[in-house]
Amino acid sequence: MIEAKEISFSYLNKVEALKGVSITIKDGEFVAIMGQNGAGKSTLVKHFNGLLKPSKGKVLVDGVETTKSSVAALARNVGFVFQNPDHQLFSETVEEEIAFALKNFGFTPEVIEQRVTWALNLLSLTQYRKTSPFLLSGGERKRVALASVLAWDPKTLVLDEPTIGQDHEQKEILRQFIMQMQTQKKTVVTVTHDVEFVAECNPRVVLMKDGKIVADGEGKEILTDPTLLELSSIVLPQIAQVFNKLAPLGFPKDIIDIYEAKQIILKAKEKTR
Amino acid sequence: MAIIETKNLTYTYPGATKPSIVDVSIKVEKGEFVLITGPSGCGKTTLCRTFNGLVPHFYQGELKGEISVAGIDTLKHHTYEMAKHVGLVFQNPENQLFALSIEKDVAFGLENVGVPREEMRRKVDWALNQTGIYDIRERSPHEISGGQQQRVAIASVLAMEPEVIVLDEPTSFLDPLSAEKIFEVIYKLNQEQGITVILVEHRLDLTAKYTNHLIVMDRGIVRLEGDPRQILSNEETRLIGVGIPKATLLYQMLKKEGLNLGDKTPLSSEELAGQLLEALGHP
Amino acid sequence: MSIFDGLRFRKVYSPIHNLDPRIKFTYVIGIFVVAILFNQVIPLLILFLMQIPFVLLARVQKQWLRSLRGAAFLATFIFVVNVATTYFTSGYHLTAFNVENAGAMTLRFVVLVESFSVFFLTTSPDHLGLALEESRVPYEFAFAFTTAVRFVPVLAEEAQTIMDAQKARGLELEKGGLLKRIRNYVPVLIPLIVSAIRRSLELAEAMESRAWGATKKRTNLYALKLHRGDFALLGITVGIIVAAVYIHFFIQVPTITQLI
Repeated sequence: MIEAKEISFSYLNKVEALKGVSITIKDGEFVAIMGQNGAGKSTLVKHFNGLLKPSKGKVLVDGVETTKSSVAALARNVGFVFQNPDHQLFSETVEEEIAFALKNFGFTPEVIEQRVTWALNLLSLTQYRKTSPFLLSGGERKRVALASVLAWDPKTLVLDEPTIGQDHEQKEILRQFIMQMQTQKKTVVTVTHDVEFVAECNPRVVLMKDGKIVADGEGKEILTDPTLLELSSIVLPQIAQVFNKLAPLGFPKDIIDIYEAKQIILKAKEKTR
Repeated sequence: MAIIETKNLTYTYPGATKPSIVDVSIKVEKGEFVLITGPSGCGKTTLCRTFNGLVPHFYQGELKGEISVAGIDTLKHHTYEMAKHVGLVFQNPENQLFALSIEKDVAFGLENVGVPREEMRRKVDWALNQTGIYDIRERSPHEISGGQQQRVAIASVLAMEPEVIVLDEPTSFLDPLSAEKIFEVIYKLNQEQGITVILVEHRLDLTAKYTNHLIVMDRGIVRLEGDPRQILSNEETRLIGVGIPKATLLYQMLKKEGLNLGDKTPLSSEELAGQLLEALGHP
Repeated sequence: MSIFDGLRFRKVYSPIHNLDPRIKFTYVIGIFVVAILFNQVIPLLILFLMQIPFVLLARVQKQWLRSLRGAAFLATFIFVVNVATTYFTSGYHLTAFNVENAGAMTLRFVVLVESFSVFFLTTSPDHLGLALEESRVPYEFAFAFTTAVRFVPVLAEEAQTIMDAQKARGLELEKGGLLKRIRNYVPVLIPLIVSAIRRSLELAEAMESRAWGATKKRTNLYALKLHRGDFALLGITVGIIVAAVYIHFFIQVPTITQLI
């Protein structure tokens, strides 16, 4: 479980990025942290693995304060996948890249071998085992970065803007992958401003603005509230936009799923016959 | 007259095993707002770079086929000559701004061409105003947001007064709201200044409504081309892996279930909502 | 990243900051020439003290003193080496004159460092870049300079992000002996270098697309104009050089040893 209690944080240039933020993420939850660029999303999640330590308040991961632990120790349980895979890739082969963290954490060579094979399989990278990561395409490099984090099987997975630069298929694969992680009872936290992606996953949504949490609840409710979204400069998912304009027909406003939308409309058409 | 015309364009990057674009033949009329889309690796980025000569002059390799942009054969002219006719805006906002102040960046192209100072000043101010960044012209590029940076990139290309502006996934790194603002700026330039726009994008939900000429590419080939309403209703498009806007999908799903909302395939939530209001009794 | 804060331009405006960098640089070269001209401590000391009004006018005392401190180590080193060399090579002999000579050499070094320091402390990168563009320096160099300055904060941030990304994979940068620590930086350096290369490719594309190389006769949006202050400084520089040359050739400058 990850708990942040009234944390505040300022970067060196004195800008207060977090102002008294409190949040609790239970094991196995899927949370999407959303908000405009500069709202404090990345700053907040960097407290979960100790990369940043709060100047006020405290952050507890499984009951242990992050200030009392090193980043490496916290990283064992909180795996962080950064937005740009090129900020991580440096090894000669994909295999070595995936093994990197495992070596750092002191796994034995046999276990490392096992884990690497498992991770390569999971992300369909087996054929690239001996390939240089620099020769792979953008999407493939993203998978290598993900594999290198999954390899050590952290309890919690934090994904920073995983959908940037991805095409439709790649996003779909990512979505299914997150669902898979969920069935394995992993906690997944994703920082994103991709409303359509979040609408399809329908997780718990935490909305931030100017260093504060302005909303925290069910994706359906938050993503369909136009005042909330305008406040934090996000766009309504398209289905919600449609239903927002159908107010005169008396339709419910909290619709983000396309199949639910279809049912409601067809039912309404039945009624008008 | 077509402002861009290609015939059987085929190109392989040096060292690559297969071509990135194969037999691409397209025609773009002056003033069109063209949208090019397709899954990653389909060749849209490579195609963009043929329009101003980066392919083949910067990337080397052999470009086969014919291409003519603004009446110029790009194979026979330097990229710097094409720059006056075609502006290219890239994906990463940070890596296309080099100067220490925004207005100096916008002036960069004009400086390179040797435009006299007074004329340059006028064009720079005009471009800054068109893109709504006149007030921040003295700031440094690193201090501003990604959305503002892309507007600087557009302004710096606009200052050269090109006939065509090509934008290669300009909003990839931007949040949806900033992305929308960029599309509005581009659309305005297209409508008010008559600039031909070629936009490469994945996010059709935000952009389909602006275009009258959609090109869908897949593995180097142009698979579909023409009216977006037709193409987005086509099952093949979905199978290629293009992200159809939800409003369009819903329209099709309802049509399959027997609910006909009219002949016009909607490209935006506004259009679909309008159709639904009419069909369900509130015109 | 506090060390990089100093590289961000501090928009402090003072009359010295507004002076044309080309004139300021001419002044610095002038000081350089004069410093070489003299072997005696007294004129060098005067040269050194002459910088101080500029430092005060520009309100950069704090940074200037910091650079002095930095130079102090090297200065002491020069002094000691000089004295030691003279001592050993002249048969374990040391005269007051020798010590003064060593002192003069040290002072010369300090004067040089200090005048360049004042120059860079009072000239913003933008201004310097513009001066380079307006001078006879080929445009490529001016461009390389301004682009480098423009990207320093970007690279610094990227370095921080890369370190964070690798720390999040269990990399511990603070642990281990010297050799291990150096090896630990490989996962930080490689992504940084690769990223820099990618970045330069993207920049090159953008440059080409904006007519780079279209003509050798580049124009400039800005123009550096010389003002009264610039002419004044130019006058001062010329005056110093003339006076120095005259003194050097026609007046016997006493050494301190002679005065005592």
